[in-house]
Amino acid sequence: MIHSLFLINSAGDIFLEKHWKSVVSRSVCDYFFEAQEKAVDVENVPPVIPTPHHYLISIYQDKIFFVAVIQTEVPPLFVIEFLHRVVEMFRDYFGECSEAAIKENVVTVYELLEEMLDNGFPLATESNILKELIRPPTILRSVVNSITGSSNVGETLPTGQLSIIPWRRAEVKYTNNEAYFDVVEEIDAILDKSGSTVFAEIQGVIDASIKLSGMPDLTLSFMNPRLLDDVSFHPCVRFKRWESERVLSFIPPDGNFRLMDYQVSSQNLVAIPVYVNHNINFKESGSSGRFDVTVGLKQNMGKSVEGVIMTVHMPKVVLNMNLTPTQGTYTYDPVTKILTWDIGKINPQKVPNLKGVICLQSGAPKPEENPNLNIQFRIQQLAVSGIKVNRLDMFGEKYKPFKGVKYVTKAGKFQVRT
Amino acid sequence: MLESSKDSLKLEAMKRIVGLIAKGKNASELFPAVVKNVASKNIELKKLVYVYLVRYAEEQQDVALLSICTFQRALKDPNQLIRASALRVLSSVRVPVIVPIMMLAIKEAATDLSPYVRKTAAHAIQKLYSLEPDQKEHLIEVIEKLLKDKSTLVAGSVVMAFEEVCPDRIDLIHKNYRKLCNVLVDVEEWGQVLIINMLTRYARTQFLSPWKQDEIFEENCEQAFYGSDDERNNKSEPTSKPYVMDPDHRLLLRNTKPLLQSRNTAVVMAVAQLYWHLAPRSEVSLVTKSLVRLLRSHREVQFIVLQNIATMSIQRKGMFEPYLKSFYVRSTDPTHIKTLKLEILTNLANGANISTVLREFQTYVKSQDKQFAAATIQAIGRCATNISEVTDTCLNGLVLLLSNRDETVVAESVVVIKKLLQTQPTQHSDIIKHMAKLLDNIAVPMARASIVWLIGEYCERVPKIAPDVLRKMAKAFTCEEEIVKLQTLNLAAKLYLTNAKQTKLLTQYILNLGKYDPNYDIRDRTRFIRQLIVPNEKSGALSKYAKKIFLASKPAPVLESPFKDRDRFQLGTLSHTLNTKASGYLELSDWPVMAPDQSVRNVEVVEPFTQSTTLAGKVKAAKPDDAFYSGSGDEEASGSGSESCSSEESGSDSESGSDDEENGRKKSSSDSASSSNSSSSSGNESRSSQSESGSKKKNLKKRNPRKNKKSCKNKSENDKITKSGSKTKTDSVSSESEESSSEKSSSSSESGSEPETDSDSGTDQKKQKPKPKKEETKEAREKTTKQEVSLLDLDDFAPVSMPTAPRPAMLSPSLITDLEGLSLLNTSLSIDVTSPVYVPAKSHELLHRMSGKGLAAQYHFPRQPCIYSSDMVSVQVTLTNSGDQTVEDIHIGEKKLPSGLQIHDFNSIESLEPGASITVSMGIDFNDSTQAANFQLCTKSDQFNVSIQPAVGELLLPVTMSEQDFRTQQGKLTGMNESAATISVNQENSSSRAIVHKVVTAANLGVVPSAEDRIHRNDLQTL
Repeated sequence: MIHSLFLINSAGDIFLEKHWKSVVSRSVCDYFFEAQEKAVDVENVPPVIPTPHHYLISIYQDKIFFVAVIQTEVPPLFVIEFLHRVVEMFRDYFGECSEAAIKENVVTVYELLEEMLDNGFPLATESNILKELIRPPTILRSVVNSITGSSNVGETLPTGQLSIIPWRRAEVKYTNNEAYFDVVEEIDAILDKSGSTVFAEIQGVIDASIKLSGMPDLTLSFMNPRLLDDVSFHPCVRFKRWESERVLSFIPPDGNFRLMDYQVSSQNLVAIPVYVNHNINFKESGSSGRFDVTVGLKQNMGKSVEGVIMTVHMPKVVLNMNLTPTQGTYTYDPVTKILTWDIGKINPQKVPNLKGVICLQSGAPKPEENPNLNIQFRIQQLAVSGIKVNRLDMFGEKYKPFKGVKYVTKAGKFQVRT
Repeated sequence: MLESSKDSLKLEAMKRIVGLIAKGKNASELFPAVVKNVASKNIELKKLVYVYLVRYAEEQQDVALLSICTFQRALKDPNQLIRASALRVLSSVRVPVIVPIMMLAIKEAATDLSPYVRKTAAHAIQKLYSLEPDQKEHLIEVIEKLLKDKSTLVAGSVVMAFEEVCPDRIDLIHKNYRKLCNVLVDVEEWGQVLIINMLTRYARTQFLSPWKQDEIFEENCEQAFYGSDDERNNKSEPTSKPYVMDPDHRLLLRNTKPLLQSRNTAVVMAVAQLYWHLAPRSEVSLVTKSLVRLLRSHREVQFIVLQNIATMSIQRKGMFEPYLKSFYVRSTDPTHIKTLKLEILTNLANGANISTVLREFQTYVKSQDKQFAAATIQAIGRCATNISEVTDTCLNGLVLLLSNRDETVVAESVVVIKKLLQTQPTQHSDIIKHMAKLLDNIAVPMARASIVWLIGEYCERVPKIAPDVLRKMAKAFTCEEEIVKLQTLNLAAKLYLTNAKQTKLLTQYILNLGKYDPNYDIRDRTRFIRQLIVPNEKSGALSKYAKKIFLASKPAPVLESPFKDRDRFQLGTLSHTLNTKASGYLELSDWPVMAPDQSVRNVEVVEPFTQSTTLAGKVKAAKPDDAFYSGSGDEEASGSGSESCSSEESGSDSESGSDDEENGRKKSSSDSASSSNSSSSSGNESRSSQSESGSKKKNLKKRNPRKNKKSCKNKSENDKITKSGSKTKTDSVSSESEESSSEKSSSSSESGSEPETDSDSGTDQKKQKPKPKKEETKEAREKTTKQEVSLLDLDDFAPVSMPTAPRPAMLSPSLITDLEGLSLLNTSLSIDVTSPVYVPAKSHELLHRMSGKGLAAQYHFPRQPCIYSSDMVSVQVTLTNSGDQTVEDIHIGEKKLPSGLQIHDFNSIESLEPGASITVSMGIDFNDSTQAANFQLCTKSDQFNVSIQPAVGELLLPVTMSEQDFRTQQGKLTGMNESAATISVNQENSSSRAIVHKVVTAANLGVVPSAEDRIHRNDLQTL
């Protein structure tokens, strides 16, 4: 399976290597660098690179390449999924998955990788189990450890590893028992020039933050489960009950986790909350163009739209932009050619507008296509699909937990063609 | 610091060293100092030392050996985590010297109580294998043992070891197939991926293709449509018998389906490929939704999934058509994802959706990503050729693109237009003219070459322009790229042939230029063309045909998807992604033509129906009690049951002569009993027999309590099973017997099995029964199959399915004599040995064909009273000659029996032809123990040591008595013999039949009909 792992930063330095079988020379990464060079953009590096003796499977996350070295046939998704799980685990442990964080905690990283894979095969990838084996570093603990000499490595096998619910550790205790659920929906959409929808769908996730003592058995039911078209669950959810009763029944892991992913059936028309009026043109002669974009609220949903940000990848010939926003701030990076307009909260009365002149490279032909606008926004307290959590029941424990559900709608891959 | 006495300092030092390792720096010179700390008490320090050891032990083998004994000690540690990690490190240290130690440790760990340690052992197997492939045979043994492991934790790891060490030993999977299917949902996600992939391969070799039916169906439709002739119809008749999916095949599909909802993309992909490769065509589309969902995931995941969808969409457009819009390209996607999406869109395009697809393509063409735009143009070209309705539209669109400002776009359009024109060149001379004009502006060689070729090819349609183009090309000939030069030469030649008057000079000029070109290809071509077209005396015959050679109509190129040939690889594999065979790729075999024997997967199943009929003579002879049943059976059983009863009665009558003395008496007693239900005469009879068997009485008395105790234990074991109602039925009986017997078992026997399994296989073997349709709900299906099983197993013994009906009391003669020896109160008891309620067909391997030089032997317990002696258990041995030479003179040789055991040989077989098989029965007196009977199986030339190991349940003989009698008898038994348990059964097992079924599966017992239908009694008699 996975032979070795190399972590490579954006500068092309290998700053961590780990081998699970015999050592593979780091020169194998040369093939990777070669492919990276060819790809121009980091996003374009092919995930699977064959070399004469090995295969390199890489993912790119947080400006770090995770390159796994494989020697024999293995489902590529297996490796990719595992690498992403490693990234998640780093984030879980260190709060972020950056080069600095990894370098700082190199020993913990090593211990983690050692536990996660044995001979290249995943051994323990549940965060709850790993945290019992290797405790995450905190300042307090390191102070305590240095005084008492105790280690932050667990001495016994985590109970979860052997039980049929490996995701939950035993003997969890909280003084405040809380269970919070975030229903986050994202609108993926492509709007065409005239503003009509080419493609739109709603994808949602339910993230949970569970701090409950003991072994609670939770049941979450929806008001309108029929809206959910396609779902995928955390392993803790009992699929049989979902199939028969459309309720989520589970013994949750301790802490934060993603309970489910869902997709809202495509029959439902998606309400697009914003509209964009745009007028971008480049003059045929001369080295300038006009830029005029207005973002407005389409219909009044009774909620305000916040965190609106528009990003535009301008064509290469655009040298600079001279714009004036009626609201928010804008930046243009002449190197990456990205225009970012941070609008903030949209006020229904005043429609934000960004207007100005585009400076083009003189002599170059005018770009034939207008750039696409990518829009981000956030609507609090609203699930755009209309999904609603009905109730949450707990069995198996005596106490009364504090429960809460939060709804958020965000723009996913929301693109306006111009 | 490592030498320091303080743990904290050592730890600090180790952390620094690990930091060095992580950076890839060499820290090997510290090896001796580090190894010293391997025995440290501090766990973290220990772990870091382990990390270090694993990294450098290969380089410094001698010093590494010093640490080995520490691991060996740790392997005995009470803490399972320490045991496991010691094994992990021990096996990761790649030092060939310690292979024997590793082997020993693995074997030990494979039987560890902690599943975690067993899992580690499974991992260690592969490590040892990669270090020392010679150990393969031993490792396979361990794998075999671990495959039987019931822990879900182990399953994934051991399957991986299996895949690595012996992927071709598919026979190891048979027995575990159903177990693996059933636990699949509970296995950790990584294991799921491997198991699913392995099972895909397995299923391809073991099941019939579910696709055939579709094909046949289509074929038939076609035939009907064309008015088929009778001959062909007849031909297809025998193959077109309705395909029924193997229940195991169905089980796999059913159990993997929920995994489509997994959060792990690899699992979803694995299930998708399983459905793609195994499911009937109509069910494959189940996976579509899940695959489309994966597209929301990370970029790398998208890449792999899109690749697989691309391959799928070529063969099955319909699957993804409803999700067309999900493949629309966003400008923010990386290029390789964009191209893949484009590929899929092209594959999905059909007459109905082409307009939307083309509109989408229009926007893509304008993309800033020029590489992508070029790919889009290619895609448009493919759509145009595939869907004839839009060819003109596409062509017009492409011509418009010719005026595009970007050169790559234009060039690509030219190339595509060229291909399109070739398919229908008749009416597009204006496009050719337009392109001729473009020649001045386009610099991309490929495009220029395409235009020149086009003009040459269709020079007759543009007679005025063609010579002009040639003139222009001649002017710039020297500065052109090679590919353009070659095409110019072609153009010149073609024009010369059609329009020699105008172009003769030009052609000669170009040929002269070509003659002195630096490129040898061009010089070569020039010479060739000159010889061919310019008439001179030397080039006789060929030049006549020059026109034909150059102006032959060329077939249009076929625009194909680059994913066309990828379906030769299993989806989701690395090889598929790379489109080359990766090392270690295991080919997915084609479906077998004939279904392989499905009984190999049976852990314990009913006896195949056909076999029981062929053996009828012997079987019936040993079953005189049938006659008795027919009497009582008529009253209770349904009509069909009684019919077969009477036929058997006659059979048993004719054979009864061969019975031994006691059996004969049994028969007479049962006969008399049949005339008058529960008459006292039978009691008298049996009492008379008592005196005769008096010599045996003592013996029996002595053995009975022990036996009963054992069987009671057995019973309670079964009770437990029923109570838990869990899916995986354990082989508790066999483990029981293994424990109690000496550890000699070479072929361990599993006698427990799950009810589902049994009922499933039961259905297949009974061909005459209507097959339950899969549309029925699972539960309903189970019920029907169960009923079938019980009906058929019992031959004619319907009462089990009507437990409330009264039945005459019966008790075996020997037991009654025994009991009467204790108290002479039972005068009104009628007794008999009942026929087995249930006959398992599980056969155990006696001799594998590899070790038997072609001779294979299997044995099973038919659960019939033995014809040789009542003390013996009858065993049927099936001998098969799988070699290529006739095996002669098979007989039993030297017997090495523990004291008390006896074997009645079968008659020696003179010869066994290759491929033939023969079934013989023999009797073994196990002396109420579960010790194995060892003996030699001899042929003319060889001798093989074999052994038969009985399960406890096989040593029992069922007897029947009424409930009342049972109670009386029960009261007389001492406490040692009694076992009581209250069973709470879950819904699906609540029918009495189900419980009875489970109990009889495990042991050869009879059933007492009871008024309280929650109480089932099993009575038994030891042999």
